Amino acid sequence: MLGRTAASLFWMSRYVERAENMARLLEVGYRITLMPGAVEGHRDEWQSTLASAACLQTYAAKHKQIDGTMVINFLLFDEDNTSSVKFCMRAARNNGRAVRTALTRDVWESLNSTWNELAQIDPASITPDRLPSFLDWVKQKAMAFRGALLGTMLRNDPYYFSQLGNFIERADNTARILDVKYFILLPRPTDVGSELDAQQWAQVLRSVSAHRAYRWFYKDSRYKPWLVSEFLILKDEMPRSLLFTYNWINAALKDLGTLYGQRYECHGLASEIQELLKNGNMEEIFQNGLHEFLADFMHKNNALSTAIAKTYNFP
Amino acid sequence: MSFNEMLGPDGKVRLPYSKVESWLKQLGPSDIERALRECDARFRRQGITFAVYGDEKASERIIPFDIVPRIFAAQEWRRLSAGIEQRVRAINAFLHDLYHRQEIIRAGRIPEEVIIQNEAFVPEMVGVNPAKGIYAHIMGIDIVRVGDNDFYVLEDNCRTPSGVSYMLEDREAMMHLFPELFAGQRVAPVENYPAMLHKTLEAVAPSSTGNEPVIVVLTPGIHNSAFFEHAFLADEMGVELCEGGDLFVSDGWLYMRTTQAPKRVDVVYRRIDDDFLDPLSFRPDSSLGVPGILDVYRAGRVTLVNAPGTGVADDKSIYTFMPDIIEFYTGEKPLLNNVPTWRCSDPQELKYVDEHLAELVVKEVHGSGGYGMLVGPTSTKAQIETFRAKLRARPSNYIAQPTLALSTVPTFVDAGIAPRHVDLRPFVLSGDQVRITPGGLTRVALKEGSLVVNSSQGGGTKDTWVLED
Repeated sequence: MLGRTAASLFWMSRYVERAENMARLLEVGYRITLMPGAVEGHRDEWQSTLASAACLQTYAAKHKQIDGTMVINFLLFDEDNTSSVKFCMRAARNNGRAVRTALTRDVWESLNSTWNELAQIDPASITPDRLPSFLDWVKQKAMAFRGALLGTMLRNDPYYFSQLGNFIERADNTARILDVKYFILLPRPTDVGSELDAQQWAQVLRSVSAHRAYRWFYKDSRYKPWLVSEFLILKDEMPRSLLFTYNWINAALKDLGTLYGQRYECHGLASEIQELLKNGNMEEIFQNGLHEFLADFMHKNNALSTAIAKTYNFP
Repeated sequence: MSFNEMLGPDGKVRLPYSKVESWLKQLGPSDIERALRECDARFRRQGITFAVYGDEKASERIIPFDIVPRIFAAQEWRRLSAGIEQRVRAINAFLHDLYHRQEIIRAGRIPEEVIIQNEAFVPEMVGVNPAKGIYAHIMGIDIVRVGDNDFYVLEDNCRTPSGVSYMLEDREAMMHLFPELFAGQRVAPVENYPAMLHKTLEAVAPSSTGNEPVIVVLTPGIHNSAFFEHAFLADEMGVELCEGGDLFVSDGWLYMRTTQAPKRVDVVYRRIDDDFLDPLSFRPDSSLGVPGILDVYRAGRVTLVNAPGTGVADDKSIYTFMPDIIEFYTGEKPLLNNVPTWRCSDPQELKYVDEHLAELVVKEVHGSGGYGMLVGPTSTKAQIETFRAKLRARPSNYIAQPTLALSTVPTFVDAGIAPRHVDLRPFVLSGDQVRITPGGLTRVALKEGSLVVNSSQGGGTKDTWVLED
């Protein structure tokens, strides 16, 4: 397989995952603005959404003030923003188009029809009342893509590279949301344990579609920072947790190593991160600082992405 | 009056169309609407699109597909394909001669300057011996019909002719939408084109190749107008679709960058023009090609399909000599006619063209795709005068031909079914043997009276049938 093909498969999946995550973040942001509370809080909320999406700087470079409509448009449709849903879907489709020969018809048609429909949408038509159904549509399309991929792709190298892209993006996303919400926004000592506090944690869980799962899992309706963090970092039952993503990444790398008959540095790196998560415990993580832990994780996750690209000759 | 392929000059339905004609009669408006809608959705979903240059908004369009097939009887096709094969063999012999002893020039049948001054002539190809002596492995010969037995070759496309994916997808669409039409008559299949292409490419692999030659399709990338076709053919043949950056030359061999060790490449079906193929030999600013690939080719270690420098044979200034070329290399009279052509580089002929602009079709010698041409009878006075200025400024850049009354085939348009002008591009493969797919791509000018069938100018396509005996 061409190195460029591997890269395109990796990025195709990565961009769809990113678009889906963006839709979730916006859903949460929008929900908060509907809640009773200080109007003051709204602006903070959009700022928090931008930060969670790693788009604060790019947004600030274009817009002077934070305004709901502008933020929504920036995160959905602005193609100068490499994390906007439109940019991601175009990039995913272009990557898929470049390697059509490596995709099944179902995978390609799911990408292509999503893009064709998205390209027709006039951003002005996504008014606040239509936003939730539009975000649902984005999520459904991303999930249909993933379903087509899981259901129709041969389990060989194209599939493995697409999984690596998918889960490296998901790991980065979960870590970032947790980090931003916890470290940057939350801790004012007076807020801890307050209604606002509970809301913020609910929001973290919602951004990864885990608020219900949390209650089932912990049999406790109260959100505790400790448990929420544990759920999103160490629990491999939770499909967006860091451990879960690294189990999946390691499985893909292992299969790739078997297929090619060779293991490389990236294999070692990935299993090192997996071990770290498997053996991690929350007490230690909190003692050494959650932010430090997450920052270190994102750094390693990024390093793994680079190592994979280098090992398999991505252009 | 143009020749109507369904209703002959006497208004009676011609035999090959008899079944389709009665089928059309019983087709209700809702059937048609459903079919057209389904077609559009099908082509879009699959991404069967092409790009129109200079049109930012609609950077990807689907080519309009018409559901009325264009039909040839077996015996009509036998005659056509004999003429096509003769022409294709002559062109390959001509190219071999041009890059070797140039007997045809010595014999005084073609003036030397026509070759030497030709931009498509590639001096680096002189003395090179391609596998099996084939230069133009893949050709698309554009043919028009003006009467029952009257066919003309408009153009020989010897560089990187496109459209074959539409030929295949049009047939798929027809069989999907109207299976009943295929039930009662034997339509020659076209679906084995990719397999024949693969066989042809294998047959021209360098002798250094092992048992299974490694074949790739080289594309300029996803922004090229024919990218869909490049991906389609690679997929159908089961070979890698490469961009220039995926290939590199090392120690005199061509390799591709893979996720594992570099892999040697034996045959490159390149859909990149000569100019962009190798920045070390041709345009240095090209980032689409592969540096050093021409040296590997000249050393006989890789086969390029088509060979560099084949464009010299489809140049419109060479076209006028084609009857001589066919006679010179085959010793036979041409079976297919050339359209009478005026070379505007000749002052006498220019004078005639200048005086008769309103009746003629004038084309750029090196142009293609229907860009930059004048169709006198359908142009306004102002358009003709603008064109006249261009013609006078650079006469040698143009040739002119009479406006042919292209045949028509019934076609669905807004107003219902109406005759529209068509041409035909059969696809011809040359390797160990010459292979011609029965039929080819029929292009149709959708505007009433229009003779311009190019997809970039609003033309559509039709499924093309050859009925078996």
